[in-house]
Amino acid sequence: MHIVDGALAAPVIVAASAVAVGGTAVGLKSLDADTLPRAGLLSAAFFVASLVQVPIGPSSVHLVLGGMAGLMLGWGAFPALAVALALQAVFFGFGGLTVLGVNLVNIAAPAVLFGLLCRPLVRGASPALAAAAGAVAGGGAVALTTILVGLSLALSGDAFIPAAKLVFLAHVPVMLAEAVVTGAAVGLVRKVKPDAFGLPRIGAEGWSRA
Amino acid sequence: MTDTRPGQRALRTFAAGPSTGLRRVDARMRIIAAAAFAVAVVSLTSVSSLLAALAAGFGLAAWARLPAAETARRVVAVDGFIVLTLVMLPFTTPGEPLFSLWGFPASREGLHHAVLIALKANAVILALLALVGTVPETVLGHALARLKVPEKLVQLFLMTVRYIDVLHQEATRLRTAMKARGFRPRTDLHTLRSLGWLVGMLLVRSLERSERVLAAMKCRGFTGRFPLLDDLRATPADWVFLAGAVAACASLVTADRLA
Repeated sequence: MHIVDGALAAPVIVAASAVAVGGTAVGLKSLDADTLPRAGLLSAAFFVASLVQVPIGPSSVHLVLGGMAGLMLGWGAFPALAVALALQAVFFGFGGLTVLGVNLVNIAAPAVLFGLLCRPLVRGASPALAAAAGAVAGGGAVALTTILVGLSLALSGDAFIPAAKLVFLAHVPVMLAEAVVTGAAVGLVRKVKPDAFGLPRIGAEGWSRA
Repeated sequence: MTDTRPGQRALRTFAAGPSTGLRRVDARMRIIAAAAFAVAVVSLTSVSSLLAALAAGFGLAAWARLPAAETARRVVAVDGFIVLTLVMLPFTTPGEPLFSLWGFPASREGLHHAVLIALKANAVILALLALVGTVPETVLGHALARLKVPEKLVQLFLMTVRYIDVLHQEATRLRTAMKARGFRPRTDLHTLRSLGWLVGMLLVRSLERSERVLAAMKCRGFTGRFPLLDDLRATPADWVFLAGAVAACASLVTADRLA
């Protein structure tokens, strides 16, 4: 879901970039010397996991895992995804430079929103509810990302609206795949590593908790 | 997204190459030049000035000695939804009909718009790959720090690029183990759940590794600062490069406005 340079109107770019800077600043505030390595390793892990191809019929899609990033990193997903998107743009030629802020908001805002909303259930006692909440976070984040991408385009010109609608419909299988994958991932992670969801609070008794 | 094969690095950059021409310019100047070029190109309005910008992109790619085949592969690999959006533009923009496909009229204005976007996107990507894609990852981190990007963001960047390949190898091992047990990806629930467990296991292992990394960093006196030992030094030639780049961008925009 990377928009390229040149497609969007200037006001959309400026507004989204401002939100992107704000979100990244909030995310960076949640990181300190004790949690930064954890965020860095997770950021690298999410970058690698997004290389996983999921077959859908004759074609295949790659995972986004925004919802999972939001569940595990909270606001920290903003800077983590900023790093991933910058790497993709600079080294893979994916997306663009002036649209970096737009692409970041489109992916990270849904990640943080669904991550924080679904986290209490994911941390809760019921494994079934936790997996369901994980699926909602995974599928919901992709759905909202698709809507925001469509909105970015629609705000830049009415001619984009039909394409935006079609893009949403085309991504319904991706949302379902992402929901199942995230649900399964949440199920495994909470069993093996129950404290994985959310960074330890800053100042909370040193690194042994991290 | 690029697919990777076993033994291949996950973050394959163009950093390896002869240290000649564009690659000798200070990384900071190249980052600023890329940003200036992107902003200038996005503001262009005529096809002729965009063709000039695209030529500049090709020129930069040649100057940086980008490998042609791999570069072409990356430039062509845009998201399917962008292709769809561009293809639909002529049919959804009202205006003078140019031709029609299966009874749908395509407008000249829509086609023009789609061509503008395609030219802009490609010009910026080429310049970005040539100017910044050739900087080694750690040098890029140091350059960003020297350009006043927040320290924590730079640390996150450096940690991420440091561990992408480590975790990619971890993921490859997990994939090999799945394959050895007869896993073959298909379009079904079993595949999705198995891939979910793969992702989950990768995340668990990265968390456990982060605990060991943090302990090792603490052991070496980490208190939240990375001392960045870089040897970035701007020479007069680097300033000339930057001045030339900014002048070129300004003249592109001026020529576009006058045309």
